[in-house]
Amino acid sequence: MLGRLTWDAIPFNEPIAMAAGGGAGLAVLIVLAIITKNGWWPYLWKEWLTSVDHKRIGIMYTLLALIMLLRGFTDAIMMRSQQAIAIGGAEGYLPPDHYNQIFSAHGAIMIFFVAMPFVVGLMNFVVPLQLGVRDVAFPVLNSVSFWLTASGSLLINLSLVIGNFARTGWLVYPPLSELAYSPDVGVDYYLWSLQISGVGTLLAGINMVSTILKLRAPGMIYFRMPVFCWTALASNMLIIAAFPILTATLAMLLFDRYLGMHFFTNDAGGSAMMYVNLIWAWGHPEVYILVLPVFGVFSEVIATFSGKALFGYRSMVLATLAICVLSFMVWLHHFFTMGASADVNAFFGIMSMVIAVPTGVKVFNWLFTLFHGRVRFKPPLLWSIGFMVTFVIGGMTGVLLAVPPVDFVLHNSVFLVAHFHNVIIGGVVFGLMAGYNYWFPKAFGFTLHEGWGKASFWCWFIGFYLAFMPLYALGLMGMTRRLQHISDPDWRPLLLVAELGAIVIFCGILCQIVQLYVSIRTREHRRDLTGDPWNGRTLEWATSSPPPSYNFAVMPQVDEIDAFWEMKRKGAVAARSGYETPGYETFEMPRNSPIGFITAFFAVMIGFAGIWHIWWMAILGFLAAVVSAAVFGWSEHREFEISAAEIERMEQARLAGGGAA
Amino acid sequence: MRVRPSPTSGATGCLRANRRVGCRRAGLRWCLVACAALVLASCRKTGILDPQGPVASAELLLMINTTEIMLVVVVPVILATLGFTWWYRESNTRANHSPEWAYQGGIEFVVWSIPALIVILVGGVAWIGSHQLDPKEPLVSNTKPIRVDVVSLDWKWLFIYPDQRIAAVNQLVVPAGTPVSFRLTSATVMNSFFVPQLGSQIYTMAGMATNLNLQADKPGTFPGLSAQFSGDGFADMRFTVTAVPAGDFDGWVAKVRGTGSALDDPVYAELTKPSRAVTPTTYRSVDPELFGRIVDQTALNPEKARAGRAWCPPIRQAGG
Repeated sequence: MLGRLTWDAIPFNEPIAMAAGGGAGLAVLIVLAIITKNGWWPYLWKEWLTSVDHKRIGIMYTLLALIMLLRGFTDAIMMRSQQAIAIGGAEGYLPPDHYNQIFSAHGAIMIFFVAMPFVVGLMNFVVPLQLGVRDVAFPVLNSVSFWLTASGSLLINLSLVIGNFARTGWLVYPPLSELAYSPDVGVDYYLWSLQISGVGTLLAGINMVSTILKLRAPGMIYFRMPVFCWTALASNMLIIAAFPILTATLAMLLFDRYLGMHFFTNDAGGSAMMYVNLIWAWGHPEVYILVLPVFGVFSEVIATFSGKALFGYRSMVLATLAICVLSFMVWLHHFFTMGASADVNAFFGIMSMVIAVPTGVKVFNWLFTLFHGRVRFKPPLLWSIGFMVTFVIGGMTGVLLAVPPVDFVLHNSVFLVAHFHNVIIGGVVFGLMAGYNYWFPKAFGFTLHEGWGKASFWCWFIGFYLAFMPLYALGLMGMTRRLQHISDPDWRPLLLVAELGAIVIFCGILCQIVQLYVSIRTREHRRDLTGDPWNGRTLEWATSSPPPSYNFAVMPQVDEIDAFWEMKRKGAVAARSGYETPGYETFEMPRNSPIGFITAFFAVMIGFAGIWHIWWMAILGFLAAVVSAAVFGWSEHREFEISAAEIERMEQARLAGGGAA
Repeated sequence: MRVRPSPTSGATGCLRANRRVGCRRAGLRWCLVACAALVLASCRKTGILDPQGPVASAELLLMINTTEIMLVVVVPVILATLGFTWWYRESNTRANHSPEWAYQGGIEFVVWSIPALIVILVGGVAWIGSHQLDPKEPLVSNTKPIRVDVVSLDWKWLFIYPDQRIAAVNQLVVPAGTPVSFRLTSATVMNSFFVPQLGSQIYTMAGMATNLNLQADKPGTFPGLSAQFSGDGFADMRFTVTAVPAGDFDGWVAKVRGTGSALDDPVYAELTKPSRAVTPTTYRSVDPELFGRIVDQTALNPEKARAGRAWCPPIRQAGG
């Protein structure tokens, strides 16, 4: 009846796992209880869970990412503690089977359920506003995408309590991840969560590309799009091109595990090399899927807080697109040590370095944007400067690792770990935090507390250097990654410094939580009534904070790159977005739809059933998903009309509310 | 840093806050300096910073050269970032401000050229280095290389000396100053054979053989390990490489031949079972074809593997 699921799946005898799972479960129960007690369910259901508003979906993505960040970071600090304790004969507090789950979960969660949803969330929130449009191309699909991602993260968290997670590393290399070596459900949890969230990401990518290509404010030709939209376009094109590879690769591994096939097995002609090639054919573009949008964030933030137009706009666009194309030509640098010929290794090494050219151009252009600027040290700018300083170091070690013979001695070392954390934290995370601080007032109508924001930045910045510079050194001393215990006692001091760094980063996260709490408590004092708290340049600042569900009552007319800046310069602020022009027109907005949530429910059902081989449940879930999609497909009332008179009334109410200040 | 108690007027309150921040910053600075000192102090020359053979030395040199080339750009960029940000701060009235200045062809040309030149330089280094340090190319030497076959098992290393017909687990003895020509495979999941002080690592993969050529210049003992995560016993998948004076190697071979058991098929089958932190052992004799049979996957179950091979021959050589 329940497939492989028995009471043995609950780790009663593992106190750490039980405490973590129990704690997480308790937290969820408390939140649900609070919502029920206050009677917030109707509001939540109507305004958020079924919302197809790109802004709300973007906010939910970001919230998901922040919650998962806590999970992923808990894993990180557990790993660092284990490595700081288990030195020279000591076994530490995590046995190998638990430690191996933790580093696998850390990688998978941080990439798929923190970085991805955060990046997608920012794009979701910002891109339609920057384009000056009312929503994405397919609003309901947008909701489905989000809920599929949420399903994936729910499944991956279930592995805390029911069964276990993969013990194979975050990319589940076969043959280790094949049934012969990983017979338990850990790898299945990984595969089903990623397949489900991967479909969500792919749909989100299609949606975003369609939006950027087909929906732009009047006059916004491609070369007037904000750079963030360009980077979002590049990133989403990469999603469309790369995520099918991931889905196909993981499907093959699923077939190996469930149907006894031999794509990647040791025997019967399977080849693990094929998996390694395929996973990185997705995996390297994935790096740029994450980093390109944050390059866009930095471009916006640096220009805004320097009070200057971005230097070399066309160069930036060209560099973005160059990175987009090149990112598919470098995957082999993840395994120079597989034994390919010198020609092949050298080719891929040089291609990897070539990516450093457009990336370097971006850094120089940001530098010249600061040059002759009037720099305001607000938190978003601090994150950006911290990024520029940190990222060039990561870029340098990246080029170093791209030299095949150098990689022969640094591959899989903690030097490599330091390198990719250098670009992921110093690049992606710093960028996301810059974006979070930058666009938060737009999303919620009040600014975040500056002092706590700065404290958080300094903790992250210093913590990063403390945590990862020692790993660079340890890598040079010959320490390899993923060690459950360490035999060389000489490494202890550096590992302790790295642990200290992790703790400092933890303080940074605490500061962010406090920042959010304090800002909410004092929101009445920090209201953004102008809609433009930073003296912004692009269209998202042309509407109010938070924007109305339809973003712009009248579609803005775009004549320049920094459209809003030009409007302000021409003295059109008073009439921004035509608030005071009477030309309101009737338009349609999408109705809220529960289909995303329903799809997610059945997706979780299918995934859970697949993991535990409960086939009746999987079939039921699949049929239910198909039926509900069909029912939705035949429904005809998916839009509602807002009449010109109604808009005028709403706008006047809004302006009167805003004008009270 | 003692702060005099004062009536809480706005100004003094602010002053006190500033002082407290300054105090905190000073503490922070000391903490950072102490950490940096700790990092430097513990950075002994070990691992790949202490090369003991021609391959490792060349790779370290390559690493240093590449880093130096890049530092030429990276250091100025970091300084310029900090410098520009500070100088063009909003409160600096002496700084120029040109809000409309967003393009200059000459600068664009330069910003594309600088990274391009660096990449041409480092790319050249990479191309030449890749060919000179190709793991499967035999090392240039007047001494005839010795052959060692390496098999990764759960979770230990098996070293077969096909010419000497002896074998060892988690212990590799080689003559100093003599090139060692490795053939490597895995009888289990992927691993990576790595002796940091000798240089290049290479994957071991089931059903395939990879090649690696290394040399220890001087006698000594060097730690070796698996650099590719392979499961629960991974952290203990370590071995020692002992480079003995060239003349002593034959003596060691003779000693191994005189002691211990033979590595026949039942013993090998026992060895393939998972075990952790295995004590180094030697075997007085071994079938020199064992490595080939492991690659063919016929070492444990000849019948089954032969049947499989009829329709799907295993790949013999990794890479191209």
